[in-house]
Amino acid sequence: MNDLLPLIVAKYNYWMYVILMMIGLYAMIAKNNLVKKVVGMNIFQTAIILFYVSIGYKTDASIPIIKSSDTAHGMVVRAADYINPLTSCLMLTAIVVSVATFGFAMALIVRIYRRYQTLEEDELRMRLSE
Amino acid sequence: MDNYPVLIVVAPLITALLAGLFVWIEERLSYPIVLAGLAVSVFSAINVLIQVLASGSIQYKMGGWPPPIGIEYRIDLLNAMVLCLVSGVAFLNLIASCRSVKQEISDRAGSYYTIYNLFVTGLLGVTATGDLFNLYVLIEITSLTSYAQVAMGDRDRGPLASLNYIFIGVIGASFYLLGVGYLYIQTGSLNMADVAAIIKDAPASSTVLTAFILCILGIWIKMALFPMHVWLPNAYSYSPVVFSRVVAPLMTKVMVYVMIRLMITVFGYDYVFKTLHLADAVVWLATIAVLAGGIMALAQKNLKKMLAYIIVCEIGYMVGGAWLGNRLGMTGAILHILNDALMTFALFLGVGNIIYKIRNVDLTDLKGLFGKMPWTMGGFVLAALSIIGVPPTCGFFSKWYLLLGALEKGAYHFAAALIISSLICAVLFFKVFEICFFEPALHGLENPHSHGAIEEAPVSMLIISGLVSLSLIAAGFYSGTIVNRIIIPFLG
Repeated sequence: MNDLLPLIVAKYNYWMYVILMMIGLYAMIAKNNLVKKVVGMNIFQTAIILFYVSIGYKTDASIPIIKSSDTAHGMVVRAADYINPLTSCLMLTAIVVSVATFGFAMALIVRIYRRYQTLEEDELRMRLSE
Repeated sequence: MDNYPVLIVVAPLITALLAGLFVWIEERLSYPIVLAGLAVSVFSAINVLIQVLASGSIQYKMGGWPPPIGIEYRIDLLNAMVLCLVSGVAFLNLIASCRSVKQEISDRAGSYYTIYNLFVTGLLGVTATGDLFNLYVLIEITSLTSYAQVAMGDRDRGPLASLNYIFIGVIGASFYLLGVGYLYIQTGSLNMADVAAIIKDAPASSTVLTAFILCILGIWIKMALFPMHVWLPNAYSYSPVVFSRVVAPLMTKVMVYVMIRLMITVFGYDYVFKTLHLADAVVWLATIAVLAGGIMALAQKNLKKMLAYIIVCEIGYMVGGAWLGNRLGMTGAILHILNDALMTFALFLGVGNIIYKIRNVDLTDLKGLFGKMPWTMGGFVLAALSIIGVPPTCGFFSKWYLLLGALEKGAYHFAAALIISSLICAVLFFKVFEICFFEPALHGLENPHSHGAIEEAPVSMLIISGLVSLSLIAAGFYSGTIVNRIIIPFLG
């Protein structure tokens, strides 16, 4: 138990992403309303985005733009001074994917509502079995 | 030409965008544009296969950036074969679907063709790419377009089936993405060959184990391995038949390809079978999947749903074969990717022809179909025999390899499941044949779904379904060649 606390504090970003992910998963599984499920799905995807961004982070590092004035004076560029840009770039793509999925899910929900006049899953199931 | 590998993927992508534009200008032109794109794709895929057979695997550097930094397409024997399969099936299905699209979704034909080509682009990209993150993006392109196409189907249940498919699909893709993240933490690279070289030398760590489990779990959800299969039957049976015809043979098979690629190329044979001790458990899981898929198929009253559960069963074959951990099993699994895609395609082409004429494929609607649609049913019977595994159709040969692999490993439960599921398939299909052959046909008034007398489907659809059904026998006769020229050199 004594070892656990430092472990949580030192790697709190990973704990946060797991907690967020589980909140999202819980909403997707347990909620009855379709909009809530879709929001849960979005939280789930956001958790992974946070995970990726946090693995690229370094303490006391700046944004990864190398000024031409620095290199012109023969200064050595140290990788430790800059955060890893790759993970953030990857997440730009993942954000596009999650926005597209979210938008499409919402469009489907509109269609479901127009057809059945409800978004509660148990009511939908009753309608479908009629 | 050096650019064939990328042309395979880019041609359908660009034509999809063009077709999307032409929806507003002149919708009739969308179809020929999309068809031309896929024709280029098929042509390039065949050229790439010939090139790979002649001179070994091809590396294509996107934009000229060298691999660990840039994205590369790496085509070896395995994905050259899968590329030919995917582009060929997509092309033939497009030819056959011209009439069905007019009938089923005439008001949105242009948009349908756009999405169709984007879907094929995604599948081809997943197969061609040698970059782990690129693979994720292309999987998501495939999934998003398939959600859209499922929603275009049945007006009552389509959107709901599509929404459930989204929920599960997102979980699957996200798990895969997380796994890639852990691999990146361990190796600092996203290129498959580079990652493989780094983790081969590094001592086994829990990060790699987490990455492996997350990636494989994500792909299993996407391929609908048994406990994760619930989305598949609804999604495939409520989508328009023109789409089920292409998604059923291709989507799950491409995901099996991704699993094999991860196991062999990225994590490596030694890591999967010697360092980890999961193989026996996975073979048991596959055994259960095979049996459960077969039994659930028995309970279905709708032909489309029945076939969807047979896919669940076939996924069990391929996963089990790949995880047996010997050469025969892996050969069987890879051969079954090819054969199962062709068999399922032939079956669904038959279903497509039937739906074109009688709109509904509940088993009771099929009465007397042999008399009315002899050619369609002939193709269907051939495909069904292949699924059951009757020689000389191709289904027999891949099952034979799987069976030999199971016996060599001593996995008798898997061998038993293979035989039992073949029997279940025989029962299933002979039930269908009985209804189609012996029961008297319904006439126009009795059958609420038919419009006028039922007769044979249009020639364009018949030619394709006949061609694919005959290809099952051809693939059976040439399976020795395929194994010797492609699979054994690939496994090395």
